[in-house]
Amino acid sequence: MTERVAGNRSGSYPIPCTPNTLFTTFLSVSAVTSRQSDMRGAPTRGALTPGVLTLRVPTLRLPTLRLPTLGAPTRGAPLGCKLRTPCMPLDVDAPPDRGMAVVASGLVRRFGGRKAVDSVSLELAPGECLALFGPNGAGKTTLLRLLGGQLKPSEGSVHLHGHQLPGEAATRHLIGLISHHTMLYAALTAHENVVFAAQCHGLRNAGQRALDALALLKVRDRADTPVRLLSRGLQQRVSIARALVHNPRLVLLDEPYTGLDETGARALTRALEQLLSVGATLVLVTHHLGEGLALATRASIMMNGSIVRTDLTPPGGFDAATYATLYRSLTAQDGE
Amino acid sequence: MSAPPGVELSYAPPGFVRDALRVAKKDLLIEFRTRSAFIAAAVFAVLSTAIFRFTWEPGRVSPLDLAPGVLWVIFTFSGILGLHRSFGVELADRALDAMMASPMSRESIFAGKALANLAFVCCVQALALPAVGLFFNLPAGQFWWGIAGVSLLAAIGLVAVGTLFAAITSNTRLAELLLPMLALPFFIPVVIPAAQVTSLLMNGRPFDETVNWIKLLAAFDIVFVAASTVAFPFTLEE
Repeated sequence: MTERVAGNRSGSYPIPCTPNTLFTTFLSVSAVTSRQSDMRGAPTRGALTPGVLTLRVPTLRLPTLRLPTLGAPTRGAPLGCKLRTPCMPLDVDAPPDRGMAVVASGLVRRFGGRKAVDSVSLELAPGECLALFGPNGAGKTTLLRLLGGQLKPSEGSVHLHGHQLPGEAATRHLIGLISHHTMLYAALTAHENVVFAAQCHGLRNAGQRALDALALLKVRDRADTPVRLLSRGLQQRVSIARALVHNPRLVLLDEPYTGLDETGARALTRALEQLLSVGATLVLVTHHLGEGLALATRASIMMNGSIVRTDLTPPGGFDAATYATLYRSLTAQDGE
Repeated sequence: MSAPPGVELSYAPPGFVRDALRVAKKDLLIEFRTRSAFIAAAVFAVLSTAIFRFTWEPGRVSPLDLAPGVLWVIFTFSGILGLHRSFGVELADRALDAMMASPMSRESIFAGKALANLAFVCCVQALALPAVGLFFNLPAGQFWWGIAGVSLLAAIGLVAVGTLFAAITSNTRLAELLLPMLALPFFIPVVIPAAQVTSLLMNGRPFDETVNWIKLLAAFDIVFVAASTVAFPFTLEE
Protein backbone atom coordinates (compact mmCIF):
# COMPACT_ATOMS: atom_id res chain seq x y z
CA MET A 1 0.00 0.00 0.00
CA THR A 2 1.66 3.20 -1.09
CA GLU A 3 0.43 6.68 -0.44
CA ARG A 4 1.88 9.87 -1.73
CA VAL A 5 0.72 13.37 -1.36
CA ALA A 6 2.94 16.37 -1.93
CA GLY A 7 2.29 19.75 -0.47
CA ASN A 8 0.64 20.83 2.68
CA ARG A 9 -2.88 21.75 3.47
CA SER A 10 -2.59 25.22 2.12
CA GLY A 11 -0.93 23.93 -1.02
CA SER A 12 1.68 26.63 -0.77
CA TYR A 13 4.60 24.53 0.29
CA PRO A 14 7.53 24.87 -2.09
CA ILE A 15 8.66 21.55 -3.53
CA PRO A 16 11.82 21.02 -1.53
CA CYS A 17 13.83 19.26 -4.15
CA THR A 18 15.92 20.04 -7.18
CA PRO A 19 18.18 17.81 -9.28
CA ASN A 20 21.10 19.34 -7.48
CA THR A 21 19.81 18.38 -4.09
CA LEU A 22 18.88 14.90 -5.17
CA PHE A 23 22.30 13.93 -6.36
CA THR A 24 24.75 15.61 -4.08
CA THR A 25 26.42 13.42 -1.54
CA PHE A 26 26.94 15.99 1.05
CA LEU A 27 25.95 19.43 1.89
CA SER A 28 28.06 22.21 3.15
CA VAL A 29 26.09 24.89 4.79
CA SER A 30 27.28 28.29 5.71
CA ALA A 31 24.66 29.72 7.82
CA VAL A 32 23.98 32.61 9.92
CA THR A 33 22.39 31.90 13.13
CA SER A 34 23.26 34.39 15.76
CA ARG A 35 20.17 35.68 17.39
CA GLN A 36 19.72 39.27 18.15
CA SER A 37 18.95 38.05 21.62
CA ASP A 38 22.48 36.73 21.91
CA MET A 39 23.92 40.05 20.86
CA ARG A 40 21.73 42.31 22.86
CA GLY A 41 21.25 40.14 25.87
CA ALA A 42 17.48 40.10 25.57
CA PRO A 43 15.61 37.35 23.76
CA THR A 44 13.93 38.37 20.52
CA ARG A 45 11.99 35.50 19.04
CA GLY A 46 12.65 34.59 15.48
CA ALA A 47 15.02 37.44 14.85
CA LEU A 48 18.27 36.36 13.30
CA THR A 49 21.20 38.36 12.16
CA PRO A 50 24.31 37.47 10.21
CA GLY A 51 26.78 35.50 12.25
CA VAL A 52 29.73 33.24 11.81
CA LEU A 53 28.62 29.67 12.37
CA THR A 54 29.74 27.15 9.79
CA LEU A 55 28.17 23.73 9.95
CA ARG A 56 29.08 20.66 7.97
CA VAL A 57 26.51 17.92 7.76
CA PRO A 58 28.19 15.20 5.73
CA THR A 59 25.22 12.96 5.17
CA LEU A 60 22.25 15.25 4.90
CA ARG A 61 20.93 16.89 1.80
CA LEU A 62 18.69 19.53 3.18
CA PRO A 63 19.23 22.76 1.33
CA THR A 64 17.65 26.16 1.79
CA LEU A 65 17.02 26.48 5.42
CA ARG A 66 14.55 28.60 7.26
CA LEU A 67 14.76 28.49 10.97
CA PRO A 68 11.63 28.28 12.99
CA THR A 69 11.75 29.41 16.53
CA LEU A 70 9.33 27.85 18.90
CA GLY A 71 6.61 30.27 19.64
CA ALA A 72 7.56 32.68 16.90
CA PRO A 73 5.37 33.68 13.98
CA THR A 74 7.37 31.66 11.53
CA ARG A 75 5.59 31.25 8.26
CA GLY A 76 7.63 32.32 5.31
CA ALA A 77 10.12 34.54 7.04
CA PRO A 78 13.53 34.07 5.48
CA LEU A 79 16.01 34.08 8.25
CA GLY A 80 19.21 35.05 6.65
CA CYS A 81 20.50 31.61 5.78
CA LYS A 82 22.38 30.88 2.64
CA LEU A 83 23.34 27.60 1.16
CA ARG A 84 26.40 26.50 -0.66
CA THR A 85 26.06 23.19 -2.45
CA PRO A 86 29.38 22.18 -3.94
CA CYS A 87 29.68 20.17 -7.10
CA MET A 88 30.04 16.61 -5.88
CA PRO A 89 30.09 13.13 -7.38
CA LEU A 90 26.67 11.62 -7.92
CA ASP A 91 25.41 9.33 -5.22
CA VAL A 92 23.79 6.81 -7.53
CA ASP A 93 22.99 4.35 -4.75
CA ALA A 94 21.03 6.81 -2.69
CA PRO A 95 17.29 6.28 -2.99
CA PRO A 96 15.59 9.29 -4.50
CA ASP A 97 13.45 10.94 -1.85
CA ARG A 98 11.49 12.99 -4.41
CA GLY A 99 11.21 15.71 -1.82
CA MET A 100 9.44 13.39 0.59
CA ALA A 101 10.14 13.76 4.27
CA VAL A 102 9.34 10.16 5.12
CA VAL A 103 9.36 7.21 2.75
CA ALA A 104 8.49 3.84 4.23
CA SER A 105 8.59 0.85 1.93
CA GLY A 106 7.19 -2.58 2.67
CA LEU A 107 7.61 -2.35 6.42
CA VAL A 108 7.24 -5.60 8.28
CA ARG A 109 8.02 -6.05 11.94
CA ARG A 110 7.74 -9.45 13.56
CA PHE A 111 7.73 -10.22 17.25
CA GLY A 112 8.35 -13.94 17.35
CA GLY A 113 6.01 -15.41 14.79
CA ARG A 114 3.51 -12.56 14.95
CA LYS A 115 3.56 -9.68 12.50
CA ALA A 116 2.91 -6.49 14.45
CA VAL A 117 3.33 -4.43 11.27
CA ASP A 118 2.61 -6.08 7.95
CA SER A 119 3.63 -4.60 4.60
CA VAL A 120 3.08 -0.95 5.35
CA SER A 121 4.31 1.59 2.84
CA LEU A 122 3.72 5.30 2.97
CA GLU A 123 5.18 8.59 1.86
CA LEU A 124 4.81 11.86 3.70
CA ALA A 125 5.79 15.23 2.35
CA PRO A 126 7.10 18.03 4.53
CA GLY A 127 4.22 19.88 6.13
CA GLU A 128 1.97 16.84 6.23
CA CYS A 129 0.30 15.37 9.27
CA LEU A 130 -0.78 11.76 9.20
CA ALA A 131 -3.31 10.82 11.86
CA LEU A 132 -3.19 7.12 12.54
CA PHE A 133 -6.17 5.47 14.15
CA GLY A 134 -6.90 1.92 15.07
CA PRO A 135 -7.94 -0.40 17.85
CA ASN A 136 -5.56 -1.60 20.54
CA GLY A 137 -2.95 -3.98 19.18
CA ALA A 138 -3.34 -2.75 15.62
CA GLY A 139 0.38 -1.99 15.37
CA LYS A 140 0.22 1.80 15.52
CA THR A 141 2.89 2.29 18.16
CA THR A 142 5.14 -0.29 16.53
CA LEU A 143 4.79 1.53 13.22
CA LEU A 144 5.62 4.79 14.98
CA ARG A 145 8.75 3.25 16.48
CA LEU A 146 9.76 1.96 13.07
CA LEU A 147 9.29 5.40 11.54
CA GLY A 148 11.42 6.91 14.28
CA GLY A 149 14.22 4.39 13.86
CA GLN A 150 13.75 3.06 17.39
CA LEU A 151 12.92 -0.36 16.02
CA LYS A 152 14.58 -2.06 13.11
CA PRO A 153 12.12 -3.42 10.58
CA SER A 154 12.19 -7.16 9.91
CA GLU A 155 11.64 -6.29 6.26
CA GLY A 156 11.45 -3.04 4.34
CA SER A 157 13.03 0.30 5.02
CA VAL A 158 12.32 3.81 6.25
CA HIS A 159 14.00 6.88 4.81
CA LEU A 160 13.88 10.29 6.44
CA HIS A 161 14.73 13.04 3.98
CA GLY A 162 16.51 10.42 1.90
CA HIS A 163 18.47 8.84 4.72
CA GLN A 164 17.77 5.39 5.97
CA LEU A 165 16.72 4.83 9.56
CA PRO A 166 17.99 3.92 12.08
CA GLY A 167 20.25 6.71 11.05
CA GLU A 168 23.35 8.57 12.02
CA ALA A 169 23.47 11.32 14.59
CA ALA A 170 22.53 14.06 12.13
CA THR A 171 19.48 12.09 11.01
CA ARG A 172 18.34 11.39 14.56
CA HIS A 173 18.56 15.11 15.21
CA LEU A 174 15.61 15.58 12.88
CA ILE A 175 13.25 13.46 14.96
CA GLY A 176 11.13 14.42 17.95
CA LEU A 177 9.28 11.88 20.08
CA ILE A 178 6.18 12.53 22.13
CA SER A 179 4.53 9.68 23.92
CA HIS A 180 2.17 8.99 26.78
CA HIS A 181 5.38 8.14 28.63
CA THR A 182 6.81 11.51 29.59
CA MET A 183 10.45 10.39 29.08
CA LEU A 184 11.45 12.77 31.88
CA TYR A 185 13.64 12.36 34.94
CA ALA A 186 11.46 12.82 37.99
CA ALA A 187 14.28 14.11 40.20
CA LEU A 188 15.26 16.89 37.79
CA THR A 189 13.37 20.14 37.34
CA ALA A 190 11.34 20.85 34.22
CA HIS A 191 14.05 23.20 32.98
CA GLU A 192 16.86 20.74 33.68
CA ASN A 193 15.02 18.05 31.76
CA VAL A 194 14.52 20.22 28.70
CA VAL A 195 18.06 21.60 28.88
CA PHE A 196 19.40 18.05 28.98
CA ALA A 197 17.36 17.19 25.89
CA ALA A 198 18.60 20.33 24.13
CA GLN A 199 22.19 19.49 25.01
CA CYS A 200 21.73 15.93 23.80
CA HIS A 201 20.81 17.47 20.45
CA GLY A 202 23.89 19.66 20.49
CA LEU A 203 21.97 22.92 20.66
CA ARG A 204 23.76 26.09 21.54
CA ASN A 205 22.21 28.33 24.15
CA ALA A 206 20.36 25.32 25.53
CA GLY A 207 19.16 27.12 28.65
CA GLN A 208 17.35 29.85 26.75
CA ARG A 209 16.01 27.42 24.18
CA ALA A 210 14.60 25.29 26.97
CA LEU A 211 12.87 28.29 28.52
CA ASP A 212 11.40 29.21 25.12
CA ALA A 213 10.07 25.68 24.68
CA LEU A 214 8.56 25.68 28.17
CA ALA A 215 6.97 29.06 27.50
CA LEU A 216 5.44 27.74 24.29
CA LEU A 217 3.73 25.00 26.28
CA LYS A 218 2.73 27.55 28.95
CA VAL A 219 4.69 25.88 31.71
CA ARG A 220 7.60 28.29 32.02
CA ASP A 221 6.46 29.43 35.46
CA ARG A 222 7.08 25.88 36.70
CA ALA A 223 10.51 25.63 35.13
CA ASP A 224 12.31 25.22 38.45
CA THR A 225 9.90 22.69 39.91
CA PRO A 226 11.06 19.08 40.08
CA VAL A 227 9.07 17.02 37.61
CA ARG A 228 7.91 14.62 40.32
CA LEU A 229 6.01 17.50 41.95
CA LEU A 230 4.13 18.43 38.77
CA SER A 231 0.71 17.09 37.90
CA ARG A 232 0.42 14.53 35.10
CA GLY A 233 -0.81 17.17 32.69
CA LEU A 234 2.05 19.56 33.45
CA GLN A 235 4.53 16.70 33.14
CA GLN A 236 3.12 15.98 29.70
CA ARG A 237 3.58 19.63 28.71
CA VAL A 238 7.19 19.52 29.86
CA SER A 239 7.62 16.31 27.91
CA ILE A 240 6.31 18.01 24.78
CA ALA A 241 8.66 20.94 25.33
CA ARG A 242 11.49 18.40 25.63
CA ALA A 243 10.52 16.82 22.32
CA LEU A 244 10.14 20.09 20.43
CA VAL A 245 13.08 22.05 21.83
CA HIS A 246 15.32 21.19 18.87
CA ASN A 247 12.70 22.00 16.21
CA PRO A 248 12.45 18.48 14.80
CA ARG A 249 11.56 17.86 11.16
CA LEU A 250 9.63 14.68 11.94
CA VAL A 251 7.54 14.56 15.09
CA LEU A 252 6.16 11.22 16.15
CA LEU A 253 3.29 11.55 18.58
CA ASP A 254 1.86 8.60 20.45
CA GLU A 255 -1.24 9.65 22.35
CA PRO A 256 0.23 13.10 23.03
CA TYR A 257 -2.98 14.51 24.54
CA THR A 258 -2.89 12.04 27.42
CA GLY A 259 -3.34 13.90 30.69
CA LEU A 260 -3.53 17.35 29.13
CA ASP A 261 -6.20 19.77 30.24
CA GLU A 262 -7.85 22.17 27.81
CA THR A 263 -5.07 24.76 28.07
CA GLY A 264 -2.39 22.16 27.59
CA ALA A 265 -4.21 20.60 24.66
CA ARG A 266 -4.59 24.00 23.00
CA ALA A 267 -0.92 24.80 23.57
CA LEU A 268 0.08 21.48 22.05
CA THR A 269 -2.18 21.94 19.04
CA ARG A 270 -0.77 25.43 18.52
CA ALA A 271 2.80 24.15 18.73
CA LEU A 272 2.06 21.37 16.26
CA GLU A 273 0.38 23.80 13.86
CA GLN A 274 3.48 25.97 13.99
CA LEU A 275 5.67 22.99 13.23
CA LEU A 276 3.45 22.05 10.30
CA SER A 277 3.51 25.58 8.99
CA VAL A 278 7.30 25.51 8.71
CA GLY A 279 7.31 22.17 6.93
CA ALA A 280 7.75 19.66 9.71
CA THR A 281 6.07 16.31 9.25
CA LEU A 282 3.85 14.83 11.93
CA VAL A 283 2.66 11.31 12.53
CA LEU A 284 0.00 11.29 15.20
CA VAL A 285 -1.31 8.14 16.84
CA THR A 286 -4.39 8.64 18.93
CA HIS A 287 -7.69 7.10 19.91
CA HIS A 288 -9.35 10.52 19.95
CA LEU A 289 -10.63 11.05 16.42
CA GLY A 290 -11.48 14.72 16.90
CA GLU A 291 -8.01 15.72 18.06
CA GLY A 292 -6.30 13.69 15.38
CA LEU A 293 -8.49 14.90 12.55
CA ALA A 294 -8.13 18.55 13.57
CA LEU A 295 -4.48 18.53 12.56
CA ALA A 296 -4.43 15.80 9.93
CA THR A 297 -3.76 16.35 6.28
CA ARG A 298 -4.74 12.73 5.92
CA ALA A 299 -6.02 10.02 8.16
CA SER A 300 -5.33 6.32 8.10
CA ILE A 301 -6.93 3.44 9.90
CA MET A 302 -4.71 0.59 10.91
CA MET A 303 -5.86 -2.89 11.81
CA ASN A 304 -3.96 -6.12 12.34
CA GLY A 305 -0.67 -4.49 11.39
CA SER A 306 -1.84 -3.08 8.06
CA ILE A 307 -3.22 0.24 6.93
CA VAL A 308 -6.68 -0.61 5.69
CA ARG A 309 -7.91 2.83 4.72
CA THR A 310 -6.43 6.26 4.05
CA ASP A 311 -8.35 9.47 3.45
CA LEU A 312 -6.98 12.81 2.37
CA THR A 313 -8.33 15.86 4.08
CA PRO A 314 -11.36 17.03 2.15
CA PRO A 315 -11.84 20.74 1.49
CA GLY A 316 -13.10 22.20 4.72
CA GLY A 317 -11.53 19.48 6.81
CA PHE A 318 -12.71 16.16 8.13
CA ASP A 319 -16.12 15.79 9.63
CA ALA A 320 -15.29 14.01 12.85
CA ALA A 321 -18.75 12.51 13.29
CA THR A 322 -18.83 11.02 9.80
CA TYR A 323 -15.33 9.71 10.18
CA ALA A 324 -16.17 8.21 13.57
CA THR A 325 -19.04 6.30 12.00
CA LEU A 326 -16.76 5.03 9.28
CA TYR A 327 -14.11 4.07 11.82
CA ARG A 328 -16.59 2.20 13.98
CA SER A 329 -17.99 0.28 11.04
CA LEU A 330 -14.50 -0.78 9.97
CA THR A 331 -13.39 -1.84 13.41
CA ALA A 332 -16.71 -3.57 14.04
CA GLN A 333 -16.26 -5.65 10.88
CA ASP A 334 -12.86 -6.65 12.15
CA GLY A 335 -14.26 -7.63 15.51
CA GLU A 336 -16.89 -9.92 14.07
CA MET B 1 16.64 25.88 -4.46
CA SER B 2 14.24 24.91 -1.75
CA ALA B 3 14.13 22.35 0.97
CA PRO B 4 12.42 21.57 4.18
CA PRO B 5 12.64 24.80 6.08
CA GLY B 6 13.42 24.99 9.71
CA VAL B 7 16.41 22.69 9.89
CA GLU B 8 18.27 23.47 13.05
CA LEU B 9 21.37 25.32 12.03
CA SER B 10 22.72 25.64 15.52
CA TYR B 11 23.12 21.87 15.66
CA ALA B 12 26.70 20.97 16.38
CA PRO B 13 27.80 17.36 16.04
CA PRO B 14 28.03 16.14 19.62
CA GLY B 15 31.44 15.24 20.96
CA PHE B 16 32.04 11.91 22.65
CA VAL B 17 33.64 13.27 25.81
CA ARG B 18 31.18 16.12 26.27
CA ASP B 19 28.23 13.83 25.81
CA ALA B 20 29.64 11.28 28.22
CA LEU B 21 30.28 13.95 30.83
CA ARG B 22 26.77 15.31 30.30
CA VAL B 23 25.20 11.91 30.91
CA ALA B 24 27.42 11.31 33.94
CA LYS B 25 26.58 14.72 35.38
CA LYS B 26 22.87 14.09 34.93
CA ASP B 27 23.07 10.68 36.61
CA LEU B 28 25.09 12.00 39.53
CA LEU B 29 22.72 14.93 39.96
CA ILE B 30 19.78 12.55 40.11
CA GLU B 31 21.61 10.36 42.63
CA PHE B 32 22.63 13.40 44.66
CA ARG B 33 19.01 14.53 44.85
CA THR B 34 17.48 11.14 45.62
CA ARG B 35 20.42 9.44 47.39
CA SER B 36 18.46 6.24 47.14
CA ALA B 37 21.21 3.96 45.87
CA PHE B 38 24.03 5.54 47.87
CA ILE B 39 22.24 5.28 51.18
CA ALA B 40 21.38 1.65 50.46
CA ALA B 41 24.97 0.88 49.48
CA ALA B 42 26.41 2.73 52.46
CA VAL B 43 24.13 0.94 54.91
CA PHE B 44 24.99 -2.37 53.28
CA ALA B 45 28.72 -1.64 53.53
CA VAL B 46 28.65 -0.66 57.18
CA LEU B 47 26.28 -3.46 58.21
CA SER B 48 28.32 -6.07 56.37
CA THR B 49 31.50 -4.85 58.03
CA ALA B 50 29.83 -5.02 61.42
CA ILE B 51 28.50 -8.54 60.78
CA PHE B 52 31.91 -9.77 59.63
CA ARG B 53 33.48 -8.16 62.65
CA PHE B 54 31.23 -9.86 65.16
CA THR B 55 31.54 -13.29 63.55
CA TRP B 56 35.33 -13.01 63.50
CA GLU B 57 37.31 -14.80 66.17
CA PRO B 58 40.38 -12.61 66.68
CA GLY B 59 42.62 -15.31 68.12
CA ARG B 60 42.24 -17.75 65.24
CA VAL B 61 42.53 -15.59 62.12
CA SER B 62 44.66 -12.52 61.76
CA PRO B 63 42.68 -9.39 60.77
CA LEU B 64 45.26 -8.78 58.05
CA ASP B 65 44.30 -12.10 56.49
CA LEU B 66 40.56 -11.61 56.82
CA ALA B 67 40.16 -7.92 55.96
CA PRO B 68 41.03 -8.12 52.24
CA GLY B 69 38.31 -10.69 51.65
CA VAL B 70 35.79 -8.69 53.65
CA LEU B 71 36.71 -5.54 51.79
CA TRP B 72 36.18 -7.05 48.36
CA VAL B 73 32.95 -8.80 49.25
CA ILE B 74 31.60 -5.42 50.37
CA PHE B 75 32.93 -3.58 47.31
CA THR B 76 31.46 -6.12 44.94
CA PHE B 77 27.95 -6.36 46.32
CA SER B 78 27.49 -2.72 47.25
CA GLY B 79 28.58 -1.76 43.75
CA ILE B 80 25.82 -3.89 42.27
CA LEU B 81 23.22 -1.80 44.09
CA GLY B 82 24.39 1.29 42.24
CA LEU B 83 24.72 -0.46 38.91
CA HIS B 84 21.14 -1.61 39.00
CA ARG B 85 20.00 1.89 39.84
CA SER B 86 21.81 3.47 36.88
CA PHE B 87 19.34 2.14 34.32
CA GLY B 88 16.39 2.10 36.68
CA VAL B 89 16.14 5.89 36.49
CA GLU B 90 16.12 5.70 32.69
CA LEU B 91 13.30 3.21 32.51
CA ALA B 92 10.98 4.72 35.11
CA ASP B 93 9.31 6.83 32.45
CA ARG B 94 11.18 5.62 29.36
CA ALA B 95 13.63 8.54 29.43
CA LEU B 96 16.11 6.21 27.76
CA ASP B 97 13.96 6.30 24.59
CA ALA B 98 14.44 10.04 24.29
CA MET B 99 18.17 9.76 24.88
CA MET B 100 18.46 6.97 22.31
CA ALA B 101 16.55 9.06 19.77
CA SER B 102 18.96 11.96 20.23
CA PRO B 103 22.14 12.34 18.17
CA MET B 104 24.29 11.13 21.06
CA SER B 105 26.26 8.04 20.25
CA ARG B 106 25.52 4.84 22.15
CA GLU B 107 29.15 4.67 23.15
CA SER B 108 29.03 8.08 24.78
CA ILE B 109 25.88 7.07 26.67
CA PHE B 110 27.73 4.00 27.91
CA ALA B 111 30.78 6.02 28.88
CA GLY B 112 28.62 8.53 30.76
CA LYS B 113 26.76 5.82 32.61
CA ALA B 114 30.02 4.05 33.45
CA LEU B 115 31.61 7.29 34.69
CA ALA B 116 28.67 7.97 36.99
CA ASN B 117 28.80 4.40 38.26
CA LEU B 118 32.54 4.72 38.82
CA ALA B 119 32.00 7.82 40.92
CA PHE B 120 29.30 5.98 42.85
CA VAL B 121 31.49 2.92 43.51
CA CYS B 122 34.43 5.12 44.52
CA CYS B 123 32.23 6.93 47.05
CA VAL B 124 31.13 3.61 48.52
CA GLN B 125 34.75 2.46 48.63
CA ALA B 126 35.76 5.68 50.36
CA LEU B 127 33.24 4.86 53.05
CA ALA B 128 33.96 1.13 53.31
CA LEU B 129 37.76 1.38 53.53
CA PRO B 130 37.86 3.32 56.81
CA ALA B 131 34.94 1.27 58.15
CA VAL B 132 36.84 -1.99 57.63
CA GLY B 133 40.00 -0.40 59.03
CA LEU B 134 38.19 0.67 62.18
CA PHE B 135 36.17 -2.48 62.77
CA PHE B 136 39.15 -4.78 62.26
CA ASN B 137 41.57 -2.49 64.06
CA LEU B 138 43.96 -2.39 61.14
CA PRO B 139 47.19 -0.41 61.48
CA ALA B 140 47.55 2.95 59.82
CA GLY B 141 50.20 3.23 57.18
CA GLN B 142 51.21 4.11 53.68
CA PHE B 143 49.73 0.87 52.33
CA TRP B 144 46.25 2.40 52.49
CA TRP B 145 47.15 4.63 49.56
CA GLY B 146 48.14 1.55 47.62
CA ILE B 147 44.85 -0.13 48.52
CA ALA B 148 42.95 2.98 47.44
CA GLY B 149 44.78 2.89 44.11
CA VAL B 150 44.07 -0.77 43.47
CA SER B 151 40.46 -0.25 44.51
CA LEU B 152 40.11 2.43 41.86
CA LEU B 153 41.77 0.22 39.27
CA ALA B 154 39.46 -2.66 40.08
CA ALA B 155 36.43 -0.37 40.13
CA ILE B 156 37.06 0.52 36.48
CA GLY B 157 36.73 -3.10 35.41
CA LEU B 158 33.79 -3.81 37.71
CA VAL B 159 31.91 -0.76 36.53
CA ALA B 160 32.56 -1.41 32.84
CA VAL B 161 31.20 -4.93 32.85
CA GLY B 162 28.55 -4.08 35.45
CA THR B 163 27.16 -1.20 33.40
CA LEU B 164 26.90 -3.46 30.38
CA PHE B 165 24.96 -6.11 32.27
CA ALA B 166 22.82 -3.48 33.95
CA ALA B 167 21.76 -2.35 30.46
CA ILE B 168 21.11 -5.93 29.36
CA THR B 169 18.97 -6.77 32.37
CA SER B 170 17.23 -3.41 32.70
CA ASN B 171 14.36 -4.37 30.42
CA THR B 172 13.70 -7.65 32.15
CA ARG B 173 11.22 -8.25 34.93
CA LEU B 174 13.82 -9.96 37.11
CA ALA B 175 16.52 -7.35 36.71
CA GLU B 176 17.43 -7.34 40.41
CA LEU B 177 18.05 -11.07 40.28
CA LEU B 178 19.58 -11.32 36.84
CA LEU B 179 22.15 -8.56 37.22
CA PRO B 180 24.18 -10.24 39.99
CA MET B 181 23.77 -13.65 38.36
CA LEU B 182 25.18 -12.41 35.08
CA ALA B 183 27.71 -9.89 36.35
CA LEU B 184 29.31 -11.71 39.28
CA PRO B 185 31.09 -14.37 37.18
CA PHE B 186 32.65 -11.56 35.16
CA PHE B 187 33.68 -9.76 38.34
CA ILE B 188 35.88 -12.68 39.41
CA PRO B 189 38.85 -11.92 37.11
CA VAL B 190 38.93 -8.42 38.56
CA VAL B 191 38.23 -9.22 42.19
CA ILE B 192 40.85 -12.00 42.53
CA PRO B 193 43.91 -9.93 41.58
CA ALA B 194 42.54 -6.92 43.48
CA ALA B 195 42.09 -8.97 46.65
CA GLN B 196 45.55 -10.48 46.22
CA VAL B 197 47.17 -7.06 45.91
CA THR B 198 45.19 -5.80 48.90
CA SER B 199 46.35 -8.76 50.98
CA LEU B 200 49.99 -8.32 49.97
CA LEU B 201 49.91 -4.61 50.74
CA MET B 202 48.23 -5.10 54.12
CA ASN B 203 50.80 -7.69 55.08
CA GLY B 204 53.61 -5.29 54.29
CA ARG B 205 55.04 -7.22 51.36
CA PRO B 206 57.26 -5.33 48.89
CA PHE B 207 55.57 -3.62 45.98
CA ASP B 208 57.44 -5.81 43.48
CA GLU B 209 55.36 -8.80 44.55
CA THR B 210 52.18 -7.04 43.57
CA VAL B 211 53.25 -5.94 40.11
CA ASN B 212 52.13 -9.06 38.28
CA TRP B 213 48.70 -8.95 39.91
CA ILE B 214 48.37 -5.28 39.04
CA LYS B 215 49.29 -6.01 35.43
CA LEU B 216 46.66 -8.74 35.32
CA LEU B 217 44.11 -6.36 36.81
CA ALA B 218 44.97 -3.65 34.30
CA ALA B 219 44.72 -6.13 31.44
CA PHE B 220 41.23 -7.19 32.50
CA ASP B 221 40.26 -3.54 32.87
CA ILE B 222 41.30 -2.85 29.30
CA VAL B 223 39.53 -5.92 27.96
CA PHE B 224 36.33 -5.23 29.88
CA VAL B 225 36.19 -1.55 29.00
CA ALA B 226 36.81 -2.22 25.32
CA ALA B 227 34.44 -5.19 25.07
CA SER B 228 31.66 -3.46 27.00
CA THR B 229 31.91 -0.29 24.93
CA VAL B 230 31.65 -2.30 21.72
CA ALA B 231 28.84 -4.52 22.98
CA PHE B 232 26.73 -1.82 24.64
CA PRO B 233 24.99 -0.45 21.50
CA PHE B 234 23.66 -3.92 20.72
CA THR B 235 22.11 -4.29 24.15
CA LEU B 236 19.82 -1.33 23.56
CA GLU B 237 18.51 -2.39 20.18
CA GLU B 238 15.24 -4.23 20.18
